[in-house]
Order: sequence, then C-alpha cells, then structure tokens
Amino acid sequence: MTGCAIEASGVRKSFGDTVVLAGVDLRVERGTVLALLGPNGAGKTTLVRILSTLLTADGGTVQVDGHDVARDPRAVRGAIGLTGQDTAVDELLTGRENLVMMARLFHLGKAEARQRAEGLLDQFDLVEPADRQVRTYSGGMRRRLDIAASLITAPPVLFLDEPTTGLDPTSRTAMWELIRKLVADGTTILLTTQYLDEADSLANRVAVINGGRIVAEGAPDELKQQVGSERLTLTFTDEIDVRRAGELLGGDVDDVTLSLPIGAVDDVRAVLERTAQAGIPVHSMAITQPTLDDVFRTLTSGETR
Amino acid sequence: MTQTLAPRTGTRSAPVLALNDCLVLIGRNLRHVLRNPDQVIQVLALPVILLLLFRYLFGGAINTGDVVYVNYLIAGLLVISVAFNSTSTAVGVAADLQNGIVERFRSMPMLGQAVLIGHMVAGVLRNLLSTVILVGLGLVVGFRPTAGIGGWLGALGLLLLFMVGISWLAVLLGIVAGSVEGASGLSMIMVFLPYASSALVPADSMPAGLRFFVENQPVTPVIDAVRALLLDLPVGDSAWIALAWWLAFTALAATLAARTFRRRSSR
Repeated sequence: MTGCAIEASGVRKSFGDTVVLAGVDLRVERGTVLALLGPNGAGKTTLVRILSTLLTADGGTVQVDGHDVARDPRAVRGAIGLTGQDTAVDELLTGRENLVMMARLFHLGKAEARQRAEGLLDQFDLVEPADRQVRTYSGGMRRRLDIAASLITAPPVLFLDEPTTGLDPTSRTAMWELIRKLVADGTTILLTTQYLDEADSLANRVAVINGGRIVAEGAPDELKQQVGSERLTLTFTDEIDVRRAGELLGGDVDDVTLSLPIGAVDDVRAVLERTAQAGIPVHSMAITQPTLDDVFRTLTSGETR
Repeated sequence: MTQTLAPRTGTRSAPVLALNDCLVLIGRNLRHVLRNPDQVIQVLALPVILLLLFRYLFGGAINTGDVVYVNYLIAGLLVISVAFNSTSTAVGVAADLQNGIVERFRSMPMLGQAVLIGHMVAGVLRNLLSTVILVGLGLVVGFRPTAGIGGWLGALGLLLLFMVGISWLAVLLGIVAGSVEGASGLSMIMVFLPYASSALVPADSMPAGLRFFVENQPVTPVIDAVRALLLDLPVGDSAWIALAWWLAFTALAATLAARTFRRRSSR
C-alpha cells in the first residue's frame, strides 16, 4: 500500500467538443486534506466524480485507497464517502431513517444499522431533529446529515464537493470544525472550494485548477511565496514625507502609504534605519503576506482570458 | 474511529445483497406514500371518486347492453387508476435524479438498478392497494362479479402484468423527463390513454376513427379481458393480445430504463 490515498495521473475528460479535464495529476497523502481550488466550471466537480467512480475518464489512471477506479470500482466505492454539491438525502424520510437506510445499503445488519445511525446522529449533533422529516431541516442540518450519511462505514477517504457553499457563517465554522475532527481521526479528505480562506485554513495542500488543468500545487504558504514575497507597508503622516521616502527607498506609493517587497527581517530594520537617518517620521508599519486571493488571481488570470 | 467499519459484503452472496438493496429501497418508497399526502389521496381517493361519479352520475346514460353498468365499469376503473397512480412513480424517479440521492447511491457498493426496481415494485404495491379498495367499494355499490377462482386469478394476473409494465414505463419516463415537472407532463400520456379505451363506454358506440384507435390500443384488451374474466363472459382473444402487448412493453421499458438510467446518471 502506498502512502497516497488518492493518486491520479493524466486524467482527461471531454464532453463532446468541450475539454473539461486536460490531463490532471494529483496526489493526496494519507491523513491529509487537499483543497481543490478553482472557479466555477474549472473542472472540480468532474474530477471529483471521476475519483469517486461516478464518471469514467477518457484517459489517465486513478487509484483510490490502492484500488484502480476503472478496474475495481466496487472496491473504491467501499473505501470512499462522497458528499456532492446537491444534498443527497431523502427529504421525506426523517434524519434517522435516512441514516438507517444508507447503512442498510452498505449492507450492515438491521441492529447494526440502527446502532450506527444512533452514533452518527449523536456525533453530528442531530439527535434533537432525528425524528423529523428532512424537508423541515435547516441548510446546516441538512449538510451535516449529508456528511453523516457519507461516513456510515467510516471510510478512509472522503470527498467533499463544496461542503460550505450556501451555508451561513455559523454553520460554515461548524463545518470546518467537523472537517478538522475527521482529519484528526485519520480520514483523508479531498475537498473542493471556491473560497480561498477555506482552502487556507483547512488544507495541508492546495491544488489550483483552472481550465481543466492543475495550474499550481503546494502547501498554502508555498503557493503564496510563489506569487511574491512579503511586503512592508509604511504609512506616513503626509504626502511630502511619503514622496521623500519613495525617492529614498523605491517601492509603490499610494496616497500616504509606501509598499515595498522585503526578503528578510533585516530588510525591515534597514528600511527603518534609513528613514530615521533621513528624518522622515513613520506613522505606522505593517508586514503583509500575499493572500491566496493574490495567488489565485495571478495564477488564473492568464488562462481565463 | 480510525479503523474502518467494513461493509458486510463478504458474508453474503451477490444476489442476496442485491435483494437486500431492492427491499430497502422498496421500503423507502412505501414510506413515501405515507409521508406524501398527495399520494395518499391519489391511491385512495381517486378510484373512489371515479367509481361514485360514473356509477351514479353518468352511469344511467351509458348503454352497455346486457351487462349492468356497474359491472361493466369496474374493470375500466381498475385500469384507469393503475395508469393514474403511475404518475407518482415517474415523478419519484425524476425527483431522485434531480436531487443528488442517485449520485450517492451510485457512489456506494450497492446494486445501482435497485433504485429503479424500488420505484417499480412500490408502484405495483400502491396499485394493488387501489385495486383492493376499488373492488371492495364496487361490491358495496352493486358490483356483482360471477367469476370462479380461475377467472379471479386470471384477471389478477393480467392486472399485475399491466401494473408491472406501466410502472416500468413510468420509470422510463421519469428518467427521460429530466425534471419533476417534465415527468408529470410526460406521464399524462399514460393517464389519458385508458380514457380513450373501452374503460367507460363500449367501443361500438364510438365514431369509426376513434373506434379503430380504441380497439387497437394496448390498454383496451386488458380492460376487455379483465372484465370478461370477472363477469364470466367469453374472453375471446383479448387476454392473449393483452398478454402480448404488456409482456413486450415490460421487456422493452425495463431494458430501456436500465440503459438510459446508466447513461443519464453517469453524465
């Protein structure tokens, strides 16, 4: 068994003349979270559907939990949980009935299925609404039930397709907590998201997908570095000071702030010493990391136009 | 929680597991009947209303020759309510495909077609319930069948085949429709077909063109055969024609449904 829970190479898929995936390579280490980040129509969902056996790729190979998706889809299905973008639970059944049904379809015995449903209701804070029909549930409750249903067999690999899209901020935070807990329990998670802060805060690694290709891959910090270094932003009290500082140090002037790239901590000291020697008072300063937003814009701007 | 809870696939054979999947999903669809007031009304109320309407309101004006109208009517209403009930099957299948639940089922190590079989069998069971209600109420309002045990069994067998065929057709329409609205629109074909038959009035009272259609469409022989069997009248070749039509429909619709389902759900 390899160290990778998901290993995809050269995955291609077209619908008619439209190329949706143009050769995707992806590796997800066991027990880690990979965020697949991309705009709408980038191919995120198509890739997830191929990885979870719902769709056959036109080319390339995919291994999930050591099983080949094309050759042994049933084994893959036994090893994964999938929560798609649409809620995939039965609206007319109660939360409990949904979980028991799914457990029975995973071929657990009757008593075992009921026991498992009970445990999941408890774990996902759904005990109170357990006997109400799902159509009365809030968005957050629905999503929790949906994920609970993907975890019946405690699968080693979990796919979450935009797990927080459409959730209110509280439910979103709760979902993040839940995902962290699952990872702590050893589950490997591949999640897709359009939200950069989500990828930043949950993922060990981020793969940026655009136009059917992975355009960048790495730890969130690495990606940020790829786009640019940290910047030092100095704010002055008036425009005369800022102009003088700009002549002295270079960098970009905007209103009363001056922003310059810095490589190391020493650069900051050097800058401050030079402004002090020139007698230019600095009102305040800040060091800013490039955000994943910057990464995203830089990486995808060339491809979308 | 780190260790995997393995599915119990190893201990039972594939056909047993497939049967398990079908039973679970049949149970799910039967629960839907109880949860969905529309369906309860459809299964219970429609046959009752139609029976009372035609027995007491229109019945007196319709000439069915030697056969008393209420006796004539029951076979027709049985078929009409089967066709009408099948709408919920089409809508149910379309709703499942529209919602993400079929995706989930397909990502699980279960029999994919069990979703369709679940809808089909639940549809047949709903129809059997309507049938019992209709025959029961019919007896109250003057229906007097004269069939022996053979006639009853023959009629029930034929109705059952018709229910299976029409339910598979409904499943197929539900898959093809693509949306709940589309499914309920498409199933109107099935709902109205039995009205243009010998269900409510004898074909020989109709103008030539319509009569030709009525006598040659697939629902009429079912009605004629069931009626003749229940009333112990000469069945003629209607039973065989009905059998041929609906065996063919069942085979065709089930095959097409399975195929289009696989294709549609893997888009």
